[in-house]
Amino acid sequence: MDQFTINLLFVGASFALYIGIAIWARAGSTSEFYAAGRGVHPVTNGMATAADWMSAASFISMAGLIAFTGYDNSSFLMGWTGGYVLLALLLAPYLRKFGKFTVSEFIGDRFYSSTARMVAVICLIVASTTYVIGQMTGVGVAFGRFLEVDNTTGLLIGACVVFAYAVFGGMKGVTYTQVAQYVVLILAYTIPAIFISLQLTGNPIPGLGLFGDHAASGEPLLTKLDAIVTDLGFNEYTMHHADTLNMVLFTLSLMIGTAGLPHVIMRFFTVPKVSDARWSAGWALVFIALLYLTAPAVGAMARLNITEMFWPNGTDQAAVSVETIQSDPNYDWMLTWQKTGLLDWEDKNGDGMIQYYNDGSEAMAATAAANGWTGNELTKFNRDILVLANPEIANLPGWVSGLVAAGGLAAALSTAAGLLLAISSAVSHDLLKGQLTPNISEKNELMAARIAMAVAIAIATYLGLNPPGFAAQTVALAFGLAAASIFPALMMGIFSTRINNRGAVAGMLAGLIVTLIYIFLHKGWFFIPGTNSFTDADPLLGTIKSTSFGAIGAAINFTVAYIVTGMTKEIPREIRELVESVRVPRGAGAAQADH
Amino acid sequence: MSDENNDKDYWSANLRIIMWSLVIWALVSFGFGILLRPVLSGISVGGSDLGFWFAQQGSILVFLALIFNYAWRMNKLDREYGVDEQ
Repeated sequence: MDQFTINLLFVGASFALYIGIAIWARAGSTSEFYAAGRGVHPVTNGMATAADWMSAASFISMAGLIAFTGYDNSSFLMGWTGGYVLLALLLAPYLRKFGKFTVSEFIGDRFYSSTARMVAVICLIVASTTYVIGQMTGVGVAFGRFLEVDNTTGLLIGACVVFAYAVFGGMKGVTYTQVAQYVVLILAYTIPAIFISLQLTGNPIPGLGLFGDHAASGEPLLTKLDAIVTDLGFNEYTMHHADTLNMVLFTLSLMIGTAGLPHVIMRFFTVPKVSDARWSAGWALVFIALLYLTAPAVGAMARLNITEMFWPNGTDQAAVSVETIQSDPNYDWMLTWQKTGLLDWEDKNGDGMIQYYNDGSEAMAATAAANGWTGNELTKFNRDILVLANPEIANLPGWVSGLVAAGGLAAALSTAAGLLLAISSAVSHDLLKGQLTPNISEKNELMAARIAMAVAIAIATYLGLNPPGFAAQTVALAFGLAAASIFPALMMGIFSTRINNRGAVAGMLAGLIVTLIYIFLHKGWFFIPGTNSFTDADPLLGTIKSTSFGAIGAAINFTVAYIVTGMTKEIPREIRELVESVRVPRGAGAAQADH
Repeated sequence: MSDENNDKDYWSANLRIIMWSLVIWALVSFGFGILLRPVLSGISVGGSDLGFWFAQQGSILVFLALIFNYAWRMNKLDREYGVDEQ
């Protein structure tokens, strides 16, 4: 059986499973559509949250970004897990006690203002749409590879599948489907990692193998990796090279962004009790950590394998020949990925070999000149292909690749579905029912929710054709936006009895707008390529990249909210009482539908 | 009135736990993982140093411990102050 058929079988079987579950548990009423009747156990909820959370960014993209940068990209690991501490301690139990369906309902009620609610809805839509763009990038890579078509065709097919999938049901269908997706996703991520860890270090646990010894050389794996990459003029893998301020701000942005993302927070509305909301956050992180503790091992081991592939006899010997790449079955993965347009090589100096090295390094210039190299001949290696190509690079059996294709699609689909649900509930529940047309029927509300999904996915697909970065980088921008707008408002809503309606609105608007402008200045207005005035290599403010600006946006949000509150009327007594009641779990009943 | 004071005490006990948890949260990630890494560079862990381990794995394990510790202590605190849901 060829690889294409195997992939088709795995992807087909996993999809049949999800769709089967979605039909079996289809949402009947509006309340089920949004929050699954609140009957979800913390462990189940944690698993579904993990599937919802770990998207194309975590599954497909992150290990590749770590592999080619090393330590400096640890921000992704700390940032995307550390946010759960904030969520568990600062938000989840109180929002569950509050007992409504959406994040914007809380903001609207706490800040006793429909304007605040509208602003929150806008913030959610902006952050979620940016997030979906990142997912579509990952979907394009996964479908491109799996159907062996170019990236654009893959993206368009993927968009249709995501849409068909998301309209199937609301939260209830999605909760159980996402449990299944989590299982597929985590098996697909860890099984190849276990194989590779065994090959390289003899340790079956990849996270431990990373800090173990390289079996072939007897040296520690990381020492071996540092040596081989510096031989080729790249930065040492384990050392700190990036700007420290930017790294701190980036990590912080990802953390507070995590705690401000609607599709994650919504999950904590679906547990039966306040105490369950606390446990749920912990369980979610357990399931997330299984992938996140494996990811750095996947990155480091893949980097070693790839480098050794191009220098089969060591970096001081001849590089791999073009002929070997064309004919040796171990290099077949390069030919299949070349079809997607995401991997390419060129024998620049015509010596019949492909030299992969850092041609930007001054230290390498002499070596390159002595050997007659005229530039890095691995001309393109899209970071987002690394995880999907990894089993083939390590020469693992075909079924492992099939499983990884299914896992990558599960990751992208589950998150895209969760986000589309958040966007659709923001439009139909908050915007239409809550504000514009309060008397809308349940049937029309569901219809509006589905139309909103279709529009969001169309925009994301269009922008996904020319994405502002690799999947994980685009997703990081979404986190910056959530960090600058939603998180501060939620936190002040719970931890301050002073911040009033005008303060919150001014804070959210200031945080969102300043962050959005900073991102657009670096990534192009509305992410349209070529309209940017700055690049992340040479940012506007010192060393602060657009992906790291969310933390500053959040600081602006807090500051503006405090100043404006100080200048305007004190909050009414009943709101102070509302805040005090949110702080104690006593009397948390089932959630209420809209007032 | 006593009910109100009880709730106030409960809230400040909660804030104390949150504060300590966040101190540890920041120490392992921003501290050990990034800013204090040069200080910890003498302690080697499998081919690199302790700071690298904290940045790539250690902080995640500490985050897990923090959340479960918080959930356990708060659920206990709820009962002590009689503010739990039953």
